[in-house]
Amino acid sequence: MELLHAPVRLPTNLEDKLLRKFWFAAAAMIFVVSGGISFAEDAVDPAAVKSEDGKYFDKEGNPTFKVGADGTVDWYTYSGYRRYHSECHVCHGPDGMGSTYAPALTNSLKTMSYGDFVSVVASGRKNVSSSQENVMPALGDNPNVACYMDDLYIYLRARAHDAIGRVRPAKKEDKPEAYTQAENSCMGKK
Amino acid sequence: MRKVLLATCLGSIAAFSVGAAVANDELIKMSQNPKDWVQPAGDYANTRYSKLNQITAANVGKLQVAWTFSTGVLRGHEGGPLVIGNMMYVHTPFPNKVYALDLSKDNQIVWKYEPKQDPNVIPVMCCDTVNRGVAYGDGKIFLHQADTTLVALDAKTGKVEWSAKNGDPSKGATGTSAPLVVKDKVLIGISGGEFGVQCHVTAYDIKSGKQAWRAFSSGTDDQLLVDPDKTTDLGKPIGKDSSIKTWQGDQWKIGGGCTWGWLSYDPAVNLVYYGSGNPSTWNPKQRPGDNKWSMTIFARNADDGKAKWVYQMTPHDEWDYDGVNEMILSDQQINGQDRKLLTHFDRNGLGYTLDRITGELLVAEKYDPKVNWTSGVDMNKSSPTYGRPKVLDQYSTEKGGEDKNTKGICPAALGTKDQQPAAYSPDTQLFYVPTNHVCMDYEPFKVSYTAGQPYVGATLSMYPPAGETHMGNFIAWDNKTGKIVWSNKEPFSVWSGALATAGGVVFYGTLEGYLKAVDAKTGKELYKFKTPSGIIGNVNTYEQGGRQYVAVLSGVGGWAGIGLAAGLTDPTDGLGAVGGYAALSNYTALGGTLTVFALPQ
Repeated sequence: MELLHAPVRLPTNLEDKLLRKFWFAAAAMIFVVSGGISFAEDAVDPAAVKSEDGKYFDKEGNPTFKVGADGTVDWYTYSGYRRYHSECHVCHGPDGMGSTYAPALTNSLKTMSYGDFVSVVASGRKNVSSSQENVMPALGDNPNVACYMDDLYIYLRARAHDAIGRVRPAKKEDKPEAYTQAENSCMGKK
Repeated sequence: MRKVLLATCLGSIAAFSVGAAVANDELIKMSQNPKDWVQPAGDYANTRYSKLNQITAANVGKLQVAWTFSTGVLRGHEGGPLVIGNMMYVHTPFPNKVYALDLSKDNQIVWKYEPKQDPNVIPVMCCDTVNRGVAYGDGKIFLHQADTTLVALDAKTGKVEWSAKNGDPSKGATGTSAPLVVKDKVLIGISGGEFGVQCHVTAYDIKSGKQAWRAFSSGTDDQLLVDPDKTTDLGKPIGKDSSIKTWQGDQWKIGGGCTWGWLSYDPAVNLVYYGSGNPSTWNPKQRPGDNKWSMTIFARNADDGKAKWVYQMTPHDEWDYDGVNEMILSDQQINGQDRKLLTHFDRNGLGYTLDRITGELLVAEKYDPKVNWTSGVDMNKSSPTYGRPKVLDQYSTEKGGEDKNTKGICPAALGTKDQQPAAYSPDTQLFYVPTNHVCMDYEPFKVSYTAGQPYVGATLSMYPPAGETHMGNFIAWDNKTGKIVWSNKEPFSVWSGALATAGGVVFYGTLEGYLKAVDAKTGKELYKFKTPSGIIGNVNTYEQGGRQYVAVLSGVGGWAGIGLAAGLTDPTDGLGAVGGYAALSNYTALGGTLTVFALPQ
């Protein structure tokens, strides 16, 4: 649990509202975890119990996926698929399956909490010894990742729980209006 | 007195020019000795051909493992060792160790070099922590470390003689490629196309490590080291501001065009040849224009770096088809005329043959029949689109635009071939080419640039061509006609550099770990042996104590280790009939080992 004590690097060059909101949420989550509430090894039930503007949450309030009976995925899962295969797959392999030098996130997300996930993606992690040199970069300053942190988490959580298979989800819910606004603001688009 | 001074002066000038040419003459002489393997590609022409002929098509079936050496490093092992006299120099991926082994003393380790590097450079390397090998010249071994430090080591002791910083890893620049020693200089490229680095080739003084010249791939005319009136593109002067006017605004400053491939050199005309990589980002919509001189073959004067000619193979790249693959120099006859040729197998799936003196384009043909993004290159010299590939709308990610998934593009971003170098045999006049047989879906979208952070901007998924049962081929290519002569299927991409020999045998490695020997004329498989890990290294050969040896580094990884480790796609999804062997992880695991083969005594 060493990671939980690593300071989250706050972005200095990205000052828009959404990102700040996001970081507060992330920091709060880490605080909660450090505060002694145990997430243990058992994964939180990923079932969606409520939704807000097309985004789903589990019973503990963590972002989660929603896959309909006909295979339609929520927008975040779909967006996470796209962002993963741009930013993450060059190390973590296609569909979160891992590579010769980075772990399969379809396994990691079985036990990793939302707070841990956000912390590792934002601050990076080092696993360097005489036998291996695995280093995850700090991506907190990278808007192409930071603005899509929940998308990535939700997509990988769905993969870890076998809610979706490999390759691009065929059907998806529409892009929520609130999402578009938040994305544009986070990415600095007009 | 004056006379004496003049004489001394002349004398020292003469001595100086002799000194300048020494490394060159030394290397040319040494590379003519087939017992050694003194350059990363065997010779300046990058032929990867050896005159050794003890191992022949008739006896290669009896080949045995003579000795092995563990590098102690797990990740992807590209490149291969050098052999100079009794000494062999073996390199590794990060942390970039170099071992000097004495072949005459049972391969004892004479010295070992291991630099201290900040491990933060590791994730900045796009596709594993590979290194493609060291170079030799002037009694020194040159290594380009991951953190872009170019270091000169005393070949006898491993002592650091000088070091030079070639780039800034905090901005995404890294070192993966092998240097080339030309005359009194060491030439080296740089990686970082996925991080928006403005890439370059740089020459350092062989004695001091002082920078002699630096030529950028994109930039102002001063940065490019071009003469707008004299540097030509398909025979015509390139004109003023040839690069920056093909980018929007200042985008050329983060334009990529990286130079992480191989360098070759023609001493007769003093020209250095190499290719530049993809323009940054992978989203073509975000960088309108031809994005010169990314995706370009450069011919430069070795002394001052001035470009003699350029040729851009993939203007305004839409698929990440880096142009960095090796330039193989050969002297052959076309239509009864002696020609000095340059042959290049590009990521974009086209095999190019050019006149290496003038840059005239002679042949541009697909070296995998599945290549579909282009209907071919316009070869009509009077056409306004002369030399440009005709892009089919169906496979254009530019036409498709942002947030549109363009499907079924062949080849995938891996290219029909990546850096794994081909070989050329003057005996058969054929090129032996390790290839990928993989297609992709590609969806570009808007990304924002942050220094030192990935700057990609496209979602990719890769898979074998529809209905195919294999993801690689090992082919023989006729560069005069642009035709495949024979083609061997391989279940996985062939990511190992080939070796051609005067014994009529061609060698290459496979991702499952096989070292294979095939007949140079027919491609018939004559021998295979499974080494401890998948092979992404390059095969070489040398002679020691009257015996011919064949050596290869195994150690799976690299870009090939990303997708193929887990299998490119779900074997049950029906995209390709790759079935049970989709996942490379079912065949091999990590670990760097040098395996050396010889005939039984």
